[in-house]
Formats: sequence, C-alpha cells, structure tokens
Amino acid sequence: MTDVRWPLWEVFVRAKNGLAHKHVGSVHAADGRMAIEAARDVYTRRMEGVSLWVVPSSAIVASDPKETTDLFEPAADKVYRHPTFYTIPEGVKNI
Amino acid sequence: MYTTELKDKSQKSTPVSLADEDPQKLAAFEARVAADDFIEPKDWMPEAYRNTLIRQISQHAHSEIVGMLPEGNWITRAPNLRRKTILLAKVQDEGGHGLYLYAAAETLGISREEMIEALHTGKAKYSTIFNYPTLTWADIGAIGWLVDGAAIMNQVPLQRTSYGPYARAMVRICKEESFHQRQGYEIMSVLTAGTGDQKRMAQDALDRWWWPSLMMFGPPNDKSPNTAQSVRWRIKRETNDELRQKFVDVTVPQGEAIGLRVPDPSLRWNEERGSYDFGVIDWEEFYAVVRGEGPVAKERTQARVKAWKDGAWVREAAAAHASKRTMRMAAE
Repeated sequence: MTDVRWPLWEVFVRAKNGLAHKHVGSVHAADGRMAIEAARDVYTRRMEGVSLWVVPSSAIVASDPKETTDLFEPAADKVYRHPTFYTIPEGVKNI
Repeated sequence: MYTTELKDKSQKSTPVSLADEDPQKLAAFEARVAADDFIEPKDWMPEAYRNTLIRQISQHAHSEIVGMLPEGNWITRAPNLRRKTILLAKVQDEGGHGLYLYAAAETLGISREEMIEALHTGKAKYSTIFNYPTLTWADIGAIGWLVDGAAIMNQVPLQRTSYGPYARAMVRICKEESFHQRQGYEIMSVLTAGTGDQKRMAQDALDRWWWPSLMMFGPPNDKSPNTAQSVRWRIKRETNDELRQKFVDVTVPQGEAIGLRVPDPSLRWNEERGSYDFGVIDWEEFYAVVRGEGPVAKERTQARVKAWKDGAWVREAAAAHASKRTMRMAAE
C-alpha cells in the first residue's frame, strides 16, 4: 500500500468582521474543503475567528532574507515620509 | 506556521559540524540570537541548530500525540457529563498542539511522514511520562495537575525561544494549556473533599505520578550534554534543574491546600534558599523508560501504529476524491 501525501495549506483567520485575515499556521489536507475543515478544528476551537482562508503553501512567493537590505533598507533614510519630520509653529493645532 | 516547500533529497545537506560552518555567517547568527532576535525559516542557521530544533520540536509533537492515549482511555469512563466534555476538549487540544508543533518542525525541512515514521519505528522519543499507565480516575486528575503543570513550566519560557515558528506555536499552546492544569487540580480537590476511598484514590495517584513528573524536566544539568549549547542559542531559556525546582515550589503547597502529601520523606522547606529541598530522583528508572522499558511503552506505540494503519484508507480515499474533483473541474 502506497501512502499518500496530502499537500500543505497555509491558514488565515479573520478574528471578527472589520479586521483582515491573519496568518495563523498550516495544515495538511487533500483539498481546499478539507483544509477548511481541518483549519476550523485546529485553529478556531476557542472562537478565534468568523472566517477562514486556506492557500496552497506552494502558491506563496516569499522574499528572500538575503534581499532584506535591498528591499527594505531604502525606506530607512526617507524620514520625510513621516509627519514628525516637519516642524509647525508653537500653538498651531494639528489636523 | 508558514513553511516553504520541503527540500528534496538531492538538496538535503549532510550533517555539518559547527567547526565546518562559515565563521562569518555563524558569528552573525550568534549575534542575532544573543540580541533576542527571532530566526525565521528561510534565514541562514547552523546545521546543528536546525538538527537540535528538529529533534526537540518533533519530540514535543510526538509527546502531545502520544499524550492523548492515556487520557483517551478515560473518555468513556469519566464519572459524569461535565467531566466527559472537559476531557474530550482537553484530548482534542492535545491533538491540536501536536499539529502546531509538527507544522513548526516542517519549516525546518523535515516532512510530516518522516516524523511519523520515526515515531512508529521507535527512532524518535517522546516524553517518558506517557509510558506509565492510568489506573484510576484520579490519575486523570493527577495528569492534569502534575503532568500539564510540569509542561507549563517547560513551555512558558519556550514562548521566547529563538526559532520563530516554534515560539509562535508555544504561545498558542500555553494559552490553551492552563485550563488543562486547572481541571486536573479540580478533579483532585473534589476527590479529596469526598469519601475516604476517594481521598485515598487521589493520594495513590499522587504517589504514583509525583516522581515521573519530576523526571519530565529531563536529566540534571551535569548529565544534560546539550543544555549549554541550547541555552547559548536561546532554544532553551532555563535549565532542567531550575525548572524542576520551580515546579516543586509551586506544586507542594497546592497539594497541601487540598490535604495531599507529596511522597518524598526528604522534602523540606529551606528558609535560606526560599525553596524546597527534595529527595534524589531515581535516574535509573528514567533511563530505563527512555530506553523503552516503561510499563506501557509497547502498548502506546502499538496503539499509534494501529491508528495510522486503520486510517490509511481514509487518506487514500480523500486523495482520490481530490484528484477526481480536480480533473472534473479541469474538464469543465
């Protein structure tokens, strides 16, 4: 008997309406429906959510830690993108 | 726990000793860990770090899964509906904990199947505590109170362990674990408030589970060769002996509060240390259980293998159903 391998799915839970789905973990399942049911049992036993997404892990494209500097460091010297960069006269009310 | 696709066999690196690692990468890694930064799946890490984590996380996962067995025995025999629903929920939690941990281990490049295979062939270990039998209902109380209590002591510092996916799994587990400990202590306190027989049953369970619970923290520091490296890499945050002492200090007064006596004639409050002194642990017994000579070791493995084999047709049927649906959808 050959044992079958179920693919891996990443699980995202919406804690309540108004919030985005957030990654919580992963499950193995034969298909999407089964992944939803497994995710429900594994990740929402204590009312952690009102909605689930499951995505095949193989469909996720991730950035490489080696590119961290290239991708994210250019933002570090652009302080003018933050409101605290600017001075306004004493006593003027903020919007 | 997000994981990238597993490395295939050709990419799998052979064990690299620490001396063979790139010294620059190693120094950068150690600096990050020392600064309490988390290491994530795609980051560079020494092979020894990876292997230690695979061993520790998979053993932890196996312990959760095997831990369902001694308690599962009592679901149908729980004394009332309240206790039955609680026990069902607890056993389901243990299954969930096993799954969080397997997923965390998979991010390190080992497959679920390899881990299950290692458990079934006896290559992988699990906590020695589950190789003791659950003889009476009070044992379910003692397991919750002592075994889950010891687990919490071990797991709370692991929420800050240096490997991100492991730490995140531990946060979820710790959140769920505290009810396990409380329900166990409540079972014990109800029994000690009951008839003479019930009180004796509770004391008997404590007598049998006390020493195995202390052994759960692992060998003493001087006999634990991996501790220094694991503490250095922040995989472990406290030593076995520190955690064991904490457990004794918290648990002894809990027993006294409900009229139970810890089975240790050497137990004494040490005013100077602000801690309990306690007797010598029978490490021969511990190593025998580690070697697989625990009272019910064989039954536990057999039960696991049987469940896996009995479930084979379900795994096949689900996979067949999925591929049929995929083909049908492609045809439409």
